[in-house]
Amino acid sequence: MKAWLPLLLRLALVVLLVAFVTSPGWFEPMLKPLTENNAPVIYNQGSLLTLTLLHLRTVLIATVAATIVAVALAILVTRPAGAEFLPLSRSLVNIGQTFPPVAVLALAVPAVGFGEKPTLIALFLYGLLPIFENALTGLTTLPANVVEAARGAGMTGWQRLTKVELPLSAPIILGGIRLSVVISLATATIGSTVAAKTLGEVIIAGLLSNNLAFILQGGLIVAALAVLIYDGLSAIERYAARRMGREAE
Amino acid sequence: MIEIEGITKRYDTTTVVDDVSMVIEPRTIAVIVGTSGSGKTTLLRMINRLVEPTAGIIKLDGADNRSVPGYELRRSIGYAIQGHGLFPHRTVAQNIATVPVLLGWEKNRIRARVDELMTLYQLDPQEFGPRYPHELSGGQQQRVGVARALAAEPNVLLMDEPFGALDPIIRTKAQEDLLAIQKRFGTTIILVTHDMEEAVHMGDKIAVMDAGKLVQYAKPAEILANPASSFVETLVGASERPFRLLSLGRVRDAVENGAAEGEAIPGDASQRDALAELLWTGRPALPVKGADGKPLGRVTVDGLVKRAARPA
Repeated sequence: MKAWLPLLLRLALVVLLVAFVTSPGWFEPMLKPLTENNAPVIYNQGSLLTLTLLHLRTVLIATVAATIVAVALAILVTRPAGAEFLPLSRSLVNIGQTFPPVAVLALAVPAVGFGEKPTLIALFLYGLLPIFENALTGLTTLPANVVEAARGAGMTGWQRLTKVELPLSAPIILGGIRLSVVISLATATIGSTVAAKTLGEVIIAGLLSNNLAFILQGGLIVAALAVLIYDGLSAIERYAARRMGREAE
Repeated sequence: MIEIEGITKRYDTTTVVDDVSMVIEPRTIAVIVGTSGSGKTTLLRMINRLVEPTAGIIKLDGADNRSVPGYELRRSIGYAIQGHGLFPHRTVAQNIATVPVLLGWEKNRIRARVDELMTLYQLDPQEFGPRYPHELSGGQQQRVGVARALAAEPNVLLMDEPFGALDPIIRTKAQEDLLAIQKRFGTTIILVTHDMEEAVHMGDKIAVMDAGKLVQYAKPAEILANPASSFVETLVGASERPFRLLSLGRVRDAVENGAAEGEAIPGDASQRDALAELLWTGRPALPVKGADGKPLGRVTVDGLVKRAARPA
C-alpha cells in the first residue's frame, strides 16, 4: 500500500497538469476567488497548452545544446592532450553561471533581437555549469582498475571513451542534466520579458494586471513540470546507477 | 619466448626500472617478486606497452613489441590485474568477450569460447553469463577477470598481483586453477607478486627486483639455496627456507622402502605437507599411496629433514 502512494501521487499530478493545460475552464470556479473586479480568471491571451509546449521546447533545445557542449568540453579536457585547458574551461563555464540570466537577456537582445533567441542563449549559458562539472566529476572519478583493464584489453582511446568511460559516468552526467533542466524550467519564465513565448507570459500578465489567478496558474504549471521532470530523470539515474552496480546517492 | 634487453624506465630523474635483461622461456611461468616500489609492476606494464620504456627492447617471439600499434599488441597479450577490473556495466559473458569482440570474431566463435572458459572456471554459462560483476563473490570475480584475459587465446598472459585481494583459502584454489589452465593451454605467464610463498609455489623461475634492478633470476630452488644478496635472503625469509624448499618437492620423490601405520598420504602432496603431518601427529613415518590408491612405501621424518637441508 505504502509503496504505491508516491506513484499514485505522481500519476494524480500528471492527470491534473494535463487536465489544467487542456481544459483550464474546468478549474475556473477554484481560481475565481483570487481575482477582483471581474477580471478574467483563466489566461486569455493564448492557449495554456501552446505556451506549455513552447516553454518545454525552449528548455529542451537549450538543455540539449548545453549538454552537447558541456560533455564535449569535459571529454576534451580530460584527454591528455586537452588537460592544460581544464582551468580555462572551468572559469569560462563558471562565468556563464555567475552572469545573471537577466543580464544575459539584456545583452543578447541588441545582438539577436527579441523573442526566443536571447532566452535560449541565457538558458544555454546558465545550464552549462552543472552538466560540465558533473561530467568532469564522472570522467575523473572512474575506478582506476577498470580504466586500466580497458587499456590492457587493447581498446583504443575512442573505444575506451564510448564503451567504458561514458557509460560508467552516465549516472553522474544525468544528475547534472537534471539540475540544469530544473534551473532552466524556472529561468525560462523570465524569457517572456523579451517576448519569448513561455509560461512566463502568464505570470508577467498577472503581475501587470495585479491578477493573482494568472500568477498562480503560470507558477503552478512550471512547478508541476519541474517536479515531474526531476522525478523522471532521477528514476532514470537510479536505474543507470543500479546497472553499474553502484548505489544511487 | 619473451626477451627483455636492457630495459630502463625513468620518470624525470627517478629511475624506476634500471637496465633489466631477462629471457622468459615459452610455456613457463616467470614470477617477478619485489617490495612495493621495486619497479616490478612497471616492468610488467612495459611488456604490453601500457608504459613505454626509456631505453631497451622487448621482443616477443623474436619481434620487437613496438612493431605494431600499442592497442593491437595489447589485444594479443592477456592482462589480469589485482581487483580484477571487470566492467561493472557489462555482464559476465560480455566482460569475457571483450577482446574477441575487439578483434572482430564471429558471434558463434565468441559464444563458444566464452562458454568454454566459464565451464573451465566452474561457472555455469547459463546461470552466470547474464549476471553483472557486482552480483558475484570475490573469488568468482577474480576467475572472470582471468577468463577475460585468456579469452582471445593469447600466448602470453601478464598478471599483476591477480590474487592479492583474495582470502587465503580462495587464493590457494585460484593458484591451483591457474597452474592447471597454464598446463592445458601452454600459456607463457608472467606474474607479479610481493608474496615469496606464491612465487615459490607458482614460478618455474623467479625474478627478484629491488630498487629497479633485477637482483636475481633463477629457479626457485636456486633462489632458496643460494640467494644472490642479503636482500633476496630477507625476502625469502631465512627461517622459512627449509620449509619452502620442501614445498617444492613431491612426497613421491622422497619415498623410502618399508611400511608405516596410519592414514596414507598421496604421492602428489608436497613434502612440506608430509613433514607437517608427521610432526603434528608425532609419528616417525607415514605410508604413501599412489594416485591409484596402491601403497608406494613410506616417508620418514629423518628422510625429509635431510631434504630440507641447504643443497650443496
